[in-house]
Parts: sequence; C-alpha cells; structure tokens
Amino acid sequence: MLAFILRRLLVAIPVLILLVVVTFVLMYAAPGSPFATERGVPPQVLANLEREYGLDRPFLAQIGTYIWNIVSDFDFGPSFVYRDQDVNDLIAQGFPVTLTYGFWAFVLAVLVGGTLGIVAAVRQNSWLDYLAVGISIGAQVLPNFVLAPILVLIFTLWLGWLPGGGWQGGQWEFVIMPVVALGTSFMASIARIARASMLEVLSSNFIRTARAKGLPGRRIILRHALKPALLPVISYLGPAFVGMITGSVVIDIYFSTGGIGQFFVASALNRDYGVMMGITVLLGALTILFNLLVDIAYAWIDPKIRY
Amino acid sequence: MQRFTLLASTAFLLTAPLAPTAFAAQIAEGDTLAEDQTFSYSLLDQFPTLDPQLNEEVQGSHIIAQLFEGLTRQDADGNVIPAGATEWTNENNTVWTFKLREDARWSNGEPVTASDYVYAWRRAADPETASPYAWYVELSSIEGAAEVVAGEAEPETLGVEAVDDHTLKVTLTQPLPFFPAVVTYATFMPTPQTTIEQHGSDWTSPGNMVSNGAYTLAELAVNEYFRLEKNPEYWNADEVIITEVTGYIINDRNQSVTRWEAGEFDMMDDLPAGTYPDLLEQYPDETFSTPRLCSYYYAINFSESGNPALQDVNVRKALSYALNREVIVDQVLKGGQSPAYNFAHEATAGFEMPEIDYAAWSQSERMERARELMAEAGYGPDNPLDLDLIYNTSDSHKAIATVAAQMWKPLGVNITLSNYEWQSYIDIRGEQNFDLARSGWCGDYNEASTFLDLVTTTHGSNDGKYSNAEVDRLMTESRTMDDPNEAYTQVEQILADEMAIIPIYHYTQNFLLDADIRNWPMNNVENNWYIQDIYRAASE
Amino acid sequence: MRTATLSDASALATAPKGRSLWADARRRFFRNRAAVAGLVVLALIAAFALLGPWIAPWDYEEIDWAVLGSVETMGRPSLETGHWFGTDQLGRDLFARTVQGTQISLMVGIVGALIAVVVGTLYGSVAGYFGGRVDGAMMRVVDVLMSIPYMFVLILLLVVFGRSILMLFVGIGLISWLDMARIARGQTLALRGKEFVEAAIATGVHPFRIILRHIVPNLLGVIIVYATLLVPSMIIYESFISFLGLGVQEPLTSWGALINDGAAEMRNGTSWQLLFPLGFFVAGLFAFFFIGDGLRDALDPKDR
Repeated sequence: MLAFILRRLLVAIPVLILLVVVTFVLMYAAPGSPFATERGVPPQVLANLEREYGLDRPFLAQIGTYIWNIVSDFDFGPSFVYRDQDVNDLIAQGFPVTLTYGFWAFVLAVLVGGTLGIVAAVRQNSWLDYLAVGISIGAQVLPNFVLAPILVLIFTLWLGWLPGGGWQGGQWEFVIMPVVALGTSFMASIARIARASMLEVLSSNFIRTARAKGLPGRRIILRHALKPALLPVISYLGPAFVGMITGSVVIDIYFSTGGIGQFFVASALNRDYGVMMGITVLLGALTILFNLLVDIAYAWIDPKIRY
Repeated sequence: MQRFTLLASTAFLLTAPLAPTAFAAQIAEGDTLAEDQTFSYSLLDQFPTLDPQLNEEVQGSHIIAQLFEGLTRQDADGNVIPAGATEWTNENNTVWTFKLREDARWSNGEPVTASDYVYAWRRAADPETASPYAWYVELSSIEGAAEVVAGEAEPETLGVEAVDDHTLKVTLTQPLPFFPAVVTYATFMPTPQTTIEQHGSDWTSPGNMVSNGAYTLAELAVNEYFRLEKNPEYWNADEVIITEVTGYIINDRNQSVTRWEAGEFDMMDDLPAGTYPDLLEQYPDETFSTPRLCSYYYAINFSESGNPALQDVNVRKALSYALNREVIVDQVLKGGQSPAYNFAHEATAGFEMPEIDYAAWSQSERMERARELMAEAGYGPDNPLDLDLIYNTSDSHKAIATVAAQMWKPLGVNITLSNYEWQSYIDIRGEQNFDLARSGWCGDYNEASTFLDLVTTTHGSNDGKYSNAEVDRLMTESRTMDDPNEAYTQVEQILADEMAIIPIYHYTQNFLLDADIRNWPMNNVENNWYIQDIYRAASE
Repeated sequence: MRTATLSDASALATAPKGRSLWADARRRFFRNRAAVAGLVVLALIAAFALLGPWIAPWDYEEIDWAVLGSVETMGRPSLETGHWFGTDQLGRDLFARTVQGTQISLMVGIVGALIAVVVGTLYGSVAGYFGGRVDGAMMRVVDVLMSIPYMFVLILLLVVFGRSILMLFVGIGLISWLDMARIARGQTLALRGKEFVEAAIATGVHPFRIILRHIVPNLLGVIIVYATLLVPSMIIYESFISFLGLGVQEPLTSWGALINDGAAEMRNGTSWQLLFPLGFFVAGLFAFFFIGDGLRDALDPKDR
C-alpha cells in the first residue's frame, strides 16, 4: 500500500506540470489581458507592465520560470491585478477560510446525507423513506444562489439573528449560513447515492444469505451492508469535496467570506494570470490528493480491489 | 495628444488659491454629535491596490483619498481647495510653485517634505514601477514625463523639484491653468520613500503602511473588509470627527441592499438597476440620486466590418429617433437618469447644450420620422435590416439592449443580441466586430473635452471609428481657445446631425446613506468624498 | 461457450424463457407508481414546452409597454391581461418565456446527462476494468481535465467557433462526464473482483464484451441515480455558460436564467418571477428523480 501511495504521489508531479502547461496555453489563447481597461492603455505603459510581469519573454521561458520558482522557492508569483498581493498571500489568506466552511459543509453533508440515505433504504417505502427522499430532493432543487439570499433575508433582515456576511476570523455566527448554503445540495446528493447503493447491497445474495441465517437486522446492516454500500458514496465524495471548493464561489459572493472560491471566476474574468495559475495548481493538487484518498478508502472497504 | 486643454470657465477658481482655511467637518447648527463616530460602507469589488501611484480605479481612489493627502483636494462642490499645499503661484501657467504646509506629518511622526512629493511623482512615471496610470503623469504635461514613461530618460529628469523642504516647483511643457486640479488625484499624492524601500510591495499592508492623510490603515482582509483609524498625526486631526471607517466588500448588489437594510453599514452606492424608486419610497430620507459625470451610448461601427447600411445617415438617425429614452430612464433604469440626445453630460462644468432638434419632438413624431427615414434608406418591415448589438454581461446592459431591440422592431430592424464577459468584450469591440456596441464614458475631469475627444479620428477609444475632419479641427483648436465651450457645442451639433453615436442617457449616482450622516458631498459630480468632512449626528 | 453465460445464471433462473430482459424491465418500471407519476409529469412538461407557444397569447420576446416600469402592480399574474404567469422585469410575458426556457433547459438537462452517462460510463469502466497503468493514465487525464480552468475553455470555444446551441452542448458535455467517469471506474474496480467477471475472463471472453455485457449492466443502478443528480447541475450550469456569452442569448432564455433573474428581484415584491420558473424546475427534477429510481429498480440485474 505504501508503495502504491508513493508511486501515486510521484506521478502527481508530471500531472501538475502538464496541468500548468495546458493552463498556460489556454490563458494565452484566450482574448483579453490583465491590463486591459475600458479606456485602453497607452503602448508604452503596456510595455512597462508586460516587462514587469515577464510577459514580454518567450512563452516557454515563462513556463519554465514559473515552474522553477514553485519548485525552488514555492513562490507562485505576483497577482496581476491585486498589485499589493502575492498569489501566496492571497491563497494563504483565503484558503483556510474556504477550507473551514468547506470542511463543516462536508461533515454536515456526509453525516446528515448518509444517515438519511441509509435510513431511507433500510425502511424502503415507509413514511421515513418518503420523508428522507422528500428532504433530499427539496434540498437539491434549491440552487445555492437562491438559497443564499433567502437565508440572509430570513436570518439577517427579518430575525436579526445572524450577520449577513463576513468572516471575522471564523466566528461561529459568520460560519453557519455559508455551511448550510454550501452543504445542502451535497447533502441531498449523498443521501440519494447512499440510498440507491444501500438498496442494491440489501438485495444482493450475501445479505439475503445472512438474513436467511437469521442474523438480526441491525447487525446485518452495520456489519455487512454498510461497508460495500459506502463504495459509490466514497467515489462521489472525492469529486464532491473538490466540487465544494470550486462551488464555494457562490458562497464567497453572497456571504463576503473572503475565501478563494470567488477567485475561480474573478481571476479568469480579470485575466489575473498569476492567481489563475495558483488556484489551478492548488485545485489540481487537491483533486489528485482526494482521488488518492478515495482509492485508499476503496482498498480498505474491499480488499479484493487491485490497482 | 494631451487633453486637459482649458477648463476656462472653472479655471479662474483654480488659479487663484483660496484663503487657506482648513476645510473639515463643519457641524451644522442644531446638530449634536452622536456618541459613536464610526462610518461604514459597502464596496462592490476588492480594490486592486492602495498604492497611490499604482491605483487606476474608483474604489481604490476613494480609500486612498482618506489615507493620503496630495497638494490639493476637492470640496463638496468639486472646487479645488488647499490640502498638503497652502498656496501656489505660477508663471504663465507653466511653472508652478506650491508652498507646502509646515505642520504636515506622516503617521510615523516624520514631517512631510517637498522631496516626498518629488519621490512619489518620479515613482509614478518610472517604468520600473510599472504603473498602469503612468499615462496620467504624461497627460499632466510635466516636463520630461513622456520620456521617463517611455524609458528614454532617467526619472530624475522629471520636471519637479524640491526647492526647499516646503517648496515644490513643477515645470510643464505647456500652459495648464488648471494644474492644481490635476494634482488632486491619487497618482500625485506623496508616498513614504523609506517605508517603500524597506517593505517593497508589502508596504501597503496594515502595520507597514505609513500615510499622511486623515486616516491610517488598521486592518485589511482581501475580499472581506478593511478598516481605517483616525490618524492622530494628521495636521488637522482636531477637526476630524469620524474616528473609524470600515468598508465591506460585497460582490452582490442585492445582498448589499439587504445588509444595509439590516443596519450593517451606513452607505452603499451603485444600487441595483430599477430598485431606486422602491427604496426611495421606503427610505425617503436615505435614498439619493445625484448627477454623475458619465454618458451611456451605443457606438455605431463606421468601419468596413460594420453593416454597410450604417454608412447611411438616414439609417443612423432612424435608429436614434426610434429609441424612446424616456421609457429607458423612467421605466427600465428608474434611477433619475436623464435622457441623452448629445454626448457630454449635461452637468459638465461650463458646457452649453446645443439645440438638438429631435430632443424637443414627441416620441410619436420621432417614430414617424424614423419610419420615413428608413423607407428612404430602402428598409422596412418588408425588407428588414439585420444588425448585431453587443454588450458586456450585466443586468442593466441586458435590459436596455432588450428594450432597444423591441423599439427598433417596428422599423424593420432585426437585432441579434450578443453578450460577452468583460475582457472578451473589450477585445471584440476594439476590433470592430459589431454593428452597434454598448459603450459608456466617465469624465476624467470636469470639462466637455473629456467626452468629445473620444469621437476624434485618432482617439484610442473611438471604437466606432467615426471620423469627421471638422470635428477633429474643432477639437484641436479648442485647446488654445479662450472659451472652448462654443467649439464643444458646435461639435455636439455635428454629432447630432450626423448621428455619430446613439446617445442614450446621462448617469446619476444612486446611493443609500444613513440619515444621521451629515455633510455628504451631494454636488460633487466626480463622486469624490472625504470622510474627514462628514460626521454622524445623534438621532432625535 | 456455455460458461460464458454464467453471470446471467441468476437472471435466467427467475425469468421465464421467451421474455426479453427489456420487456421485463419495462413491465417492472410501469408497476412502480412513483416512476410512472414522474414520467407523466415529465411528459406534461414536455407537452407544455412544445404546445405552449400555440396557446400563449403573448410572444416570448414581446414587451408589454403598458406593463414596463410598473411590473410590481401591472405585471402580476392575471387572466385578464393574458399574462397568466405575470411578466418579467421588462414586461415580457413570463408564461411564454417559461415555455421557451423549458425547451432549452429540458434539452440541456437531458443531453448533458446523456453525454455524461455514455462517455463517463465507458471511460470509467474501461479504466477500472483494465486497471494498472491504463487506469493510472486514464484517471490522471481526468485529474487534469477536472482541474483546468473551464472558463477559459468556454471563452475559447466562443471566440473560435462562435455562438450556437451546438457549442453550448459541447461546453456542457466537456465537463459533465468527468465525475461520472470516476464513479463508474470505482464501481468497476469492485466488480472486477466478483466471481462472474472472473469466470468470464477465465473463459476468454473479449474484454470489451465483458465490459458491455457484464460490467455496465451492474453499474446502471449507481449511474442512473447519479445521472439524475447531474440534470439539475447541468440546468444551472447552462446559465453560467450563458453568462460568459457562449450559451443562449437574449431574448431566448432558460430555467437557469429565469431563476437567476427572479432571485435577483426576490426582495422587490415580484415573487412570481422566481416562483413560476422555480416551480417548473422543481417539478422537472422530481420527475427525473422518480424516473431515475424507477429505472434503477427495473434494470437492477440482481433483483429479477
């Protein structure tokens, strides 16, 4: 197992380099420039800016320098738009925020969603099942850009219980609404996947055998059915966690949390090449890491799985 | 190439320095001050920088104007008043000498000297600094600026000099009577050399930043908020009443309104399109609409890539006549904007509106005339004209474009609407890949040439590629005229006769402001405000 | 080739000879009341999208000038004015616009989910089945594709190919299959160790036949459920693509765009602008979910 993990981590390096190259090509092919403004920048000023950021150098030299600075100093360079900030600063400031509410949203989604799904499957076609399915669908169909303003209207304007946005170092009253708004739809998805996969496992032969042998229901579910039923849920969780990070753009916009989510959209719209690259590499690393964790979890659940 | 020309009508105000009275918060009679003297507001986006020399946009310059103080600044009506300089004299409007305030200090207690200004101005022009606003130094006609920006001369050759600690001498390449107005902008504010050299690009972080304005930077969380505190070292600190300023970055305007209603902050500007009347009804004492020096129009593509029908003045006129601007401002935007039939904003200082015939007609007259003109041009519902209208992604641009397309439909004009995200949009418009393009222009300074230069043949932002020798001649001549406003009126008349652009409306600034905040500069059409001038009255 | 059908043994044991698997699944599907209800609702929505233009008194792009400017009062849903669903903020008939938006969104949801199912399932099951280096390489490609900034891809598609409905589907298709591929691959990894697959391998069945005949049918349950989860995200994702300029353009619209506009006006007393499109969105999703569950049950190879 250790060799497998090491091998995967080693492979991550060329994968990330490939990612950097592809992203560079995309950024340069897209129209626009980080320095373009409505009134246009005089050529002389533009030349100074391009020299400052090394954009006047050959394409390959730019990629080379970029990668070298990361490898040697872990330096992701300057932001092209936020002149006072380095990419490292921006990520160091925003990522913990995103990670904090992302983590709680994830916990909420997994615990509530997983429980709902399993209960619904075990009591298939009972009122509990219908309730769980109803809740999960109801949560799924409210897109978070509708849910977020509703939450603020209710809890900030009408009830006055929670602040309408901000982060303030992550005090609990600032964290609640982002977590709920972000976690809800994932919770619903997890519930549905868990229910479907549990149903599938419950109808499989070995569970039927166990039932036939007269084992108690609770024991069958906890000892035998739960683990295999988790497999599809875990497949979903890897991409889902990464999806939460990218999906946090709506949260950052509506709740002013200062997370990195909004950079996914803003840095592309502003053509802030530095920040765009930085968060792309970060997202790539997270994707690789979570997919690795998922694979490790597979092996734990089903020892017969070989890679 | 430079475009400040004469601000003739306002220039006399500027050339004679006013008595150096400290302009700070004047408490109105009958007002008692509130216990809590804090002020907070919301911003739509994270500002890119707090470095005065690097700044190029509005939100950052609002904050910089609280943190730093230049030679001059504006009062509530937009007049230039002394700030870092107490008085100034000039020779032929070309050589300017500013007397600096002797009691001005940086927030670390060091005195502000003329060499701080020299350092900052050289820094702004220096290619090493790579300021996107370096062109502003060039525009100000300071001797050597163009060469320094181009990297052809050393920054030390810039025509600014510290005669002694409190005397600054500036040499221009040509007479510029309103030069004191030019230096109100952030680019010309002094910056602390030792701090910048010590911290590099981190010098603007809280804790590092040293500033000379009424406030200092206390906290900054990117995309979340920032907080300023009163600067006890400021020379006029005794008269600064607001002790703390907080800005919240809220990317969604509707969200911002909700949070303002919940009382989370005092001021928000840039209200969501169409919400002004409802808010005015709900909060009559706290909802405002004031003129803002910007114009909204559709550029017409005169180049070869545009639809050939647009070369026909009748088609252009018909398009303009058929637009019911009253409907657009009163029923779509609903923010007190005024319908526009010319380019320069009606509130521009000294500008005289030309007599534009169709401005006085009723809409049914315009529509009738538009139909005739289209028929003359050979188009109509039986022989429709297909045009492409582009705009950048935004709710209000979308709304106006949608309504315009429907207004043009009876003429037999079929509009294809295309939206693009901002950067693609600038690219596509700059390459003339359109027939009609959503455009807007805000005045850099309060004079009509800031608008009208845009329609001269060589202007970089003339995206419609309109070209008229008479307009070019008038605009060139206006630079040396005693009263250029006559020329401006003539230019506007030509624009209307030829329908060079389709003017739509003149902007207003719509905002919500807590009723207890006093002295807000409602008449500053350039939207400059200084927190040191306002205060919070105790609620009755 | 007698042993090759080992995996079908359980199905054959219960299903009487002469009835095809599909007929069996169909019968089981129509016995499921929730699934049938979902199908009916979806059919009604589709009928609404197709027939709506014939019964709507207003055109979807026509502005009711009498309403524009006072939508809060004049634009209310009403039978007299013919604006059965009220109007949008520009005085355009919301019924006609919802009809038009339904056409786009149904297409986007279904096509997006189909691309995801077909491409994602095949890609994922091939990677999972072959394992080892093939799996490693194929999944690392997915890792890269998951991480590249899609906005640039979309912007480039727009600049290079121009705007069209086809490009909208290309944009949606490009992103939708990635998660599906990972899920299919995970399930395949587990299935590969099962006896019936090993038996098929041992008897020398062609790998692609094994994937299509033995692996994919066993993946269907999870895939269908996941596909129904994709439908709402595709419908919302479309409005983001349109925001960049690639998708549908005014005066055309979609559920995502209508919900977006309605949500922006939420506090202005024009709740119908959110509730009607959201209502259709919700009804559509319920329908998809129940149909998905019904299909899952009907196609479950173990449950026959």
